[in-house]
Amino acid sequence: MENIDAIAALQDPVRRRLYEYVAAQGREVGRNEAAEAAGVARTLAAHHLDKLAEVGLLDSGSRRLTGRSGPGAGRPAKVYTRAAGERSVSLPARDYRTAAELLAEAAEEAGLDTGLFASARRRGEALRGGAVPCGGFEEAMELLAARGYEPRLETGAEEATGAGSRVVRLRNCPFHAVAERFPPLVCGMNLALLEGLVGKDGPVRARMDARPGECCVVLEESKNNED
Amino acid sequence: MTTTPHGAHLAELNVVTLRRPFDDPSMASFVEQLNPINAAADSAPGFVWRLVEEGSADATGLRPAGEDVVVNLSVWETQEALWDFTYRSGHLEVLRRRREWFARHVEAHLVLWWIPAGHVPSVDEALARLAALRADGPSPRAFTFSSSYTAAEAAHHLSAV
Repeated sequence: MENIDAIAALQDPVRRRLYEYVAAQGREVGRNEAAEAAGVARTLAAHHLDKLAEVGLLDSGSRRLTGRSGPGAGRPAKVYTRAAGERSVSLPARDYRTAAELLAEAAEEAGLDTGLFASARRRGEALRGGAVPCGGFEEAMELLAARGYEPRLETGAEEATGAGSRVVRLRNCPFHAVAERFPPLVCGMNLALLEGLVGKDGPVRARMDARPGECCVVLEESKNNED
Repeated sequence: MTTTPHGAHLAELNVVTLRRPFDDPSMASFVEQLNPINAAADSAPGFVWRLVEEGSADATGLRPAGEDVVVNLSVWETQEALWDFTYRSGHLEVLRRRREWFARHVEAHLVLWWIPAGHVPSVDEALARLAALRADGPSPRAFTFSSSYTAAEAAHHLSAV
């Protein structure tokens, strides 16, 4: 039961803080930085980070953090990133992944996109609860974080259009495995779910903006709400 | 032109059956996305080549597979590059709305195959690979994203049509 061992490794609170910190950065993290973020000594952080790599929750490599190379650049430092694989444990054993893939395959073959999107939108609305749309980025990010999307606010990077250039990008796709096999169907479902979740005609709207390594949807401020 | 270690590039053909002719108002939202999406493909990482009709910006005027069937034929350095463009760029939004514009295909409508780097696949060659996929299922000669083969596995099928 490899997955149980991996998940059990997160029971230690320090280890869990380190894992969550590395996962949230979305880039390689060195031992010093992780130790500082978790508020523990470097040696203790190193021990826990290696344990997390050993059970497969983190990938480790080595890199010269100074960005220099050649003689005098210093010894390469060990760096960590979140491992790409997924871990899930169900007791007793249940297999919703296979069910999801079979349903998606059948829906794809039958061309049921429109019906699936409608169901997803209704589910999003039900998850939000109430008829009032999301009040703003903060509330929307809370809702999405609770559903595993790992939202992060990005400002100004897009184009210099002032207030409209703030977007929320989503580092994690909760439907990753199925989305990779049936992208238009499952990403469309995901967009509809998030449209339902943030609500219609509010200050925040969901939009498709797929790019490698991220969820296919971003949140942006509604154009009709710039007052 | 960068190549994989085996000197191979990945060719891709997909066909869509239009629900209505291009000049029908219901198709306008698709037609207006053709130029921006093609421009995005041309500048996407790993893009090598795409079929363009002479004197035109795209291949939508060629109808080698039927009056209402549009073919899309392109070459990429790697499968990852093609996947990222197809499903992780503005192109995904077009696919999400595919049911508005295209009839549902019962048979396979997308085929991948390896070619020697530098080779420009012909439309006939591409349609032959699609026919092979439809007839025999995925093989090193003609495959799909979900059942793919490496260039090394397809070494014997690189140039043979």
